[in-house]
Amino acid sequence: MASRSYWPLGQLIAARIKEFYREPMAIFWVYGFPLLMALALGLAFRASPIEEITIDIVGSGDVEGVAAKFRADQRFKIVTTKQEEWVKRLQSGKTDLVIEVTGTGARTIAFHDQPHRAESQKAVWAADNVLFRDASQPRLSVTHLDKEGSRYIDFFLPGLMGLNLMGGGLWGVGFVLVDMRVRKLLKRFLATPMRRSDFLLAVMISRLIFTVGDVVVLLIFGYFVFGVRCQGNYLELAAAVLLGSAAFAGIGLLVACRAQTIETISGLMNLVMLPMWVCSGVFFSAERFPDWMQPVVNALPLTALNQLLRGIMLDGNSLAALLPQVVILLLWASVSFAIALKFFRWR
Amino acid sequence: MSHAIHCRDLKKTYPGKPPVEAVRGIELAVEVGECFGLLGPNGAGKTTTMEILEGILDATSGQVEVLGYHWGRDDDAIRQRVGISLQETQLADKLTVRETITLFRSFYREGIEPDEVIARVGLEEKTHSHVVKLSGGQKQRLAVACGIVGDPQLLFLDEPTTGLDPQSRRQLWDIIRAYGAGGRTVLLTTHYMDEAERLCDRVAVIDKGQIIALGSPAELIARLGGEHIVDFTLAADSPPLVDGELARLPSVKSVHRDGDGWSLSVAQPHVALPAVLNFLQSSGREMALLTTRHATLEDVFVALTGRHLQEEAANGKP
Repeated sequence: MASRSYWPLGQLIAARIKEFYREPMAIFWVYGFPLLMALALGLAFRASPIEEITIDIVGSGDVEGVAAKFRADQRFKIVTTKQEEWVKRLQSGKTDLVIEVTGTGARTIAFHDQPHRAESQKAVWAADNVLFRDASQPRLSVTHLDKEGSRYIDFFLPGLMGLNLMGGGLWGVGFVLVDMRVRKLLKRFLATPMRRSDFLLAVMISRLIFTVGDVVVLLIFGYFVFGVRCQGNYLELAAAVLLGSAAFAGIGLLVACRAQTIETISGLMNLVMLPMWVCSGVFFSAERFPDWMQPVVNALPLTALNQLLRGIMLDGNSLAALLPQVVILLLWASVSFAIALKFFRWR
Repeated sequence: MSHAIHCRDLKKTYPGKPPVEAVRGIELAVEVGECFGLLGPNGAGKTTTMEILEGILDATSGQVEVLGYHWGRDDDAIRQRVGISLQETQLADKLTVRETITLFRSFYREGIEPDEVIARVGLEEKTHSHVVKLSGGQKQRLAVACGIVGDPQLLFLDEPTTGLDPQSRRQLWDIIRAYGAGGRTVLLTTHYMDEAERLCDRVAVIDKGQIIALGSPAELIARLGGEHIVDFTLAADSPPLVDGELARLPSVKSVHRDGDGWSLSVAQPHVALPAVLNFLQSSGREMALLTTRHATLEDVFVALTGRHLQEEAANGKP
C-alpha cells in the first residue's frame, strides 16, 4: 500500500485553527468583545473641546443676577432647582456645584461642593473665577496641548491589545488544554506515536496565528474609527505583540499543566488575570498605585507588555529603549514554559 | 515472536488509604491473530490492565511484552504498531470525520488512507459531518477508525460497544471481525457476555484484579458440566426448596438460586426436565415459570463468583 506522507505538526495546527473558527462564541470573545469595549470606552471618554460644568443655583436672593454671569460662558450649564432637591442632585453627581444665593452682593453667595469628586472641585475653581475675578486683570496666556496620542482612546487601545493578548494566551492555551484533558483527548493522543513536542508546539503556533488577527483587527478599528496611529515602528510593534503573546501562552501552559477539571482551570485563570485587569494599567495608568506597590506592579507581565506597547505606539520609542520590559516578558515566557513542560500532566 | 502480548505477574496498586489493588497478579499470553477478550464486571481491573499494556499507565510490578517489544525501551516501535480505542474519548466536536481521521493518520509512518478507513467503518455518508453531530454508534465507529488508521498489528478496544443500541453493536462487531480476519490481533474488554461469545477466540474472566477463568467461550461453558440451563420459579403458595434436593436429580450439575428463581445447569435437558417436574409434583409444589436455554458466559461468571456481570455493572465503580 503506497502511503502518502503526512506532516503531523501541520495537521495539528490546522485542526486547532479549524476548531477555533467553527466556534462562534470564541470568535465573539476574541474579536467582537474587544471591539465593543474599545467603541464604548472610546465614545464615553472622547475628547470634548468644551467641558461642561453643571451648576445649580438656588436660594431666595438674586438668583437671576448670578445666573446671568455664567450664561455668558459656554462651559457652564445652569440649573435652577427647588431647595429640597439640590442636596440629592449634588450627592448623586447630577450637578457639580450648588450656589446658594440669599440676597444681593458677594457676601450672600455660598458654595456647596462635593470634596471627593474632581469635577466638583473643578467647578468650585471655575465658578470662583467667574464670580470674583477682577475683570481689569490681564488673562494668563494658555496654549492647549493638542497632539495626537493624548486622548483616552490613544491610551486605552494599547492596553486593550495587552488585555486581549493575556486573555488569548490563557483561554487559548490554558483552557483549551484542560478541556482536552477532561475529554481524555490528551490521553488518546499520548497513545499514538505523536510527538508531544509537536502537539504543544501546535497549540502555541495556532495561538500566535490567532493573535495576529486579533491585534490587526483592533489596530484597523482604532485607525479608522478613532484615528489612533502608531508613532513607532510597526515591525517593532509586531515584535512586542509576539513577545507578549509568547509570555501569556507560557503562563497559560503553566496554569493548565496540572488542572484536571474545568472548574479548577477557570478559578486559576481568574486568579491570574484579575489582579492584572486592575493593576497593570489597562484602563488607567499603573503609576497611580502607591510607590511601595510599584516593584510588584511593574513585574507583572501585563504591565510590562502595556508599557512596551504604549512606549512604541504613543511615544514612538524603539524596543532598545524599552529593554527592561522586554527582559521581563522574556523571563515570564521562558520560566513559565520550562516549569510547565516539566510538570505537564497528559492523562 | 509467538505472542502478541505476554505479561507476567502484572500488578497495579493505586496509592491511597487504603491502597487500591486494581490489578493483582495477571498472567496473559495473547497469540498473534487471535481475538482475545477480557470479560468482567466494572471495576474488575480490565481497563487498568489494558492501559498498562497500551503504555498509558505504568505497572507497579510485573513484566509486559507487546509484539516482542518492551515499554520504556521501544515506545515508538510499539505505538507505531498498535491501535487503540479508549473507553471514553470525546474527540474534537468541531472537526469533521475525515479531518479527525486524517489527523490521526498523520501520527503514523505507515497506515491506511483516511477515505479507505471511513469506508471500512461505514461512515461514508458522514465524511464531512462534524463529530458533535454523530450518534453514539457513529462516534464509536469513528473511535475505532482512529484506532485502525495506522494499520496496526494489534488493536486494543476498551468496551467498544458499551451503551450502544443492538444494531450499532452488530455493526461494530462486523468491523472488528473484518479487521481480525486479516490475521491481526485484537484485545478487547467487555462486560457483555454475548459480545465475548460472538467475537472472541479466547476469553479471560477477570474479577477483583485477577483472572479466574481462561479459555475459549465453548470451553468455559463446557466446564460448567452442563451446557444447558433450566430456569424456573415456584408458585407463590408452594413450600420452599432446599439446594440439596435439586442437586441429587439426574443430569443436574449445579444449582444456583437467584431471588425467587432457580437456575439448574444440566447436561441433558431431556433427562433432567422430567425428573425435576416429577420431583416438584410429588413433593406438592407447583411451577410458575419454566424456560430452558443454552448456557452462556454469564452463567460461567455466576458459577465462579456467585454474582452477575450486569448487577455489578449497574452498581458501577465508586
